[in-house]
Amino acid sequence: MITMQFGIFTVGDVTTDPTTGRTPSEHERIKAMVTIALKAEEVGLDVFATGEHHNPPFVPSSPTTMLGYIAARTKRLILSTATTLITTNDPVKIAEDFAMLQHLADGRVDLMMGRGNTGPVYPWFGQDIRQGINLAIENYALLHQLWRQDVVDWEGRFRTPLQGFTSTPRPLDGVPPFVWHGSIRSPEIAEQAAYYGDGFFANNIFWPKEHYIRLINLYRQRYAHYGHGTPEQAIVGLGGQVFMRKNSQDAVREFRPYFDNAPVYGHGPSLEDFTEQTPLTVGSPQEVIDRTLTFRESFGDYQRQLFLMDHAGLPLKTVLEQLDILGEEVVPVLRKEFALGRPSNVPDAPTHESLIARRDAEQADPVASTS
Amino acid sequence: MKPLKVVAVSAGLSQPSSTRLLADRLADAVRRRLAEEREVEVRVVELRDLATDIAKNLVTGFPGPALREAIEAVTEADGLIAVTPIFTASYSGLFKSFFDVIEDDKLIGKPVLIAATGGTARHSLALEHALRPMFVYLRSIVVPTSVYAASEDWGGGGDSRTDGLAVRIDRAAGELADLMVHRSPAAPAADEVVVPFAEQLAALRP
Repeated sequence: MITMQFGIFTVGDVTTDPTTGRTPSEHERIKAMVTIALKAEEVGLDVFATGEHHNPPFVPSSPTTMLGYIAARTKRLILSTATTLITTNDPVKIAEDFAMLQHLADGRVDLMMGRGNTGPVYPWFGQDIRQGINLAIENYALLHQLWRQDVVDWEGRFRTPLQGFTSTPRPLDGVPPFVWHGSIRSPEIAEQAAYYGDGFFANNIFWPKEHYIRLINLYRQRYAHYGHGTPEQAIVGLGGQVFMRKNSQDAVREFRPYFDNAPVYGHGPSLEDFTEQTPLTVGSPQEVIDRTLTFRESFGDYQRQLFLMDHAGLPLKTVLEQLDILGEEVVPVLRKEFALGRPSNVPDAPTHESLIARRDAEQADPVASTS
Repeated sequence: MKPLKVVAVSAGLSQPSSTRLLADRLADAVRRRLAEEREVEVRVVELRDLATDIAKNLVTGFPGPALREAIEAVTEADGLIAVTPIFTASYSGLFKSFFDVIEDDKLIGKPVLIAATGGTARHSLALEHALRPMFVYLRSIVVPTSVYAASEDWGGGGDSRTDGLAVRIDRAAGELADLMVHRSPAAPAADEVVVPFAEQLAALRP
């Protein structure tokens, strides 16, 4: 049983390496993502999560295809998403695709719902961005039902009605994949995650931590309100972003051109300002350990920590070196430190096995096990 | 009674700046108007000092510490004086960018006095076709008198059909002071408002 899961999440951007001017092909980038995922398992990480995008310069438009391939080549790694677009994908197809993946991966699958923030994707998929929240609510309600009820009659506002529909394959062992809800700014999504007793993931990358603390506290309170447990027992995941070298100065020197030209925040604040004001850490493994341990003080004991490692044009070789450091020097210490003083009633990170155990416990004694 | 807070935002770029001068004179006039009734705290926000912070906020989506503090001062003010030089027939880009990075529901109901400076009085209507609509969009309450100071206004300026600068400053300041005194104190910022999920779901039933 793993108390806390550590892993990586990738956006899947094709970005020119600013130090060489070289841009990988889509093929190279896709293969690199697979190599990175395999490396994650090799160095002892628990989770690999891929983004979903439908526009250049991003490659991962078809997450279950990629994750299915990785599943076949790994033994232990949990395959996840960051995020699956609950607004523009048909919830019926999500139910089918991820149940299939769950069978192929023998349960090593969960997924993170997100709305997506690329305006044109909505009309490209026949939707309206102004209905983003409503799409997320209605589509997920249907997905939730499809995985828990064998025969579904359903009518909603956004999708054609269903009569006598059975989503196949049924979830493995009758237990649907665990679901996280990711949100950068919407209290409605924290509320949704709390209502269902699902996990809530804060990407924790772009903005100061205070912003995410508000959302996570809201989620924790509402999780308790809906009777899933105490606020401390809510299931929280966090993002993070690091670049490491043995010597702090070497890390800063090597990462600076990537930071300065990064698609999201490049050509803006200095690396120093950004590391001070956001959770980005560039330095020695010990500095990354120290900074990551502060997340617990800000957000409470949590279940999953994902790091963004392969963006802004960093070459594959560098990313693999980073994963070596992460797996060998950082995560073992984090596992030990995070376990110290962790209250025994804080749940472990969810896995297929833990969900089966919980389902069995609930069936044996439906009153006692509400959490 | 707590002092009333007046914040004057000046987008002037030169130092010394006539835009800042106008902002100071307007703030003084508001203070004088209120002197008998209430104590007034005046704070001037010089956008020039925040120019790179504003640009960084546009890029990253969040304000650095100094800009965040300035935004809080503006959004918590009892009255706002907003002064910009007129560039290329409108407010300056820096002035607009500052208000672009403030969330657009933060100035609802805020009493605002708008003012501008320029080389010639021919640009004075920029106040009415650019600044006033912007604050109307933000649902602020803009006082009827806007104050434009052209170069000649700093001398004897004006003409027989128009009041001089000092009179216009005083009239606008009086209008802002009235609004500030009669405005009910702002409600404390509410915690995150949550619509219970069952209601959200029910609203979607076909």
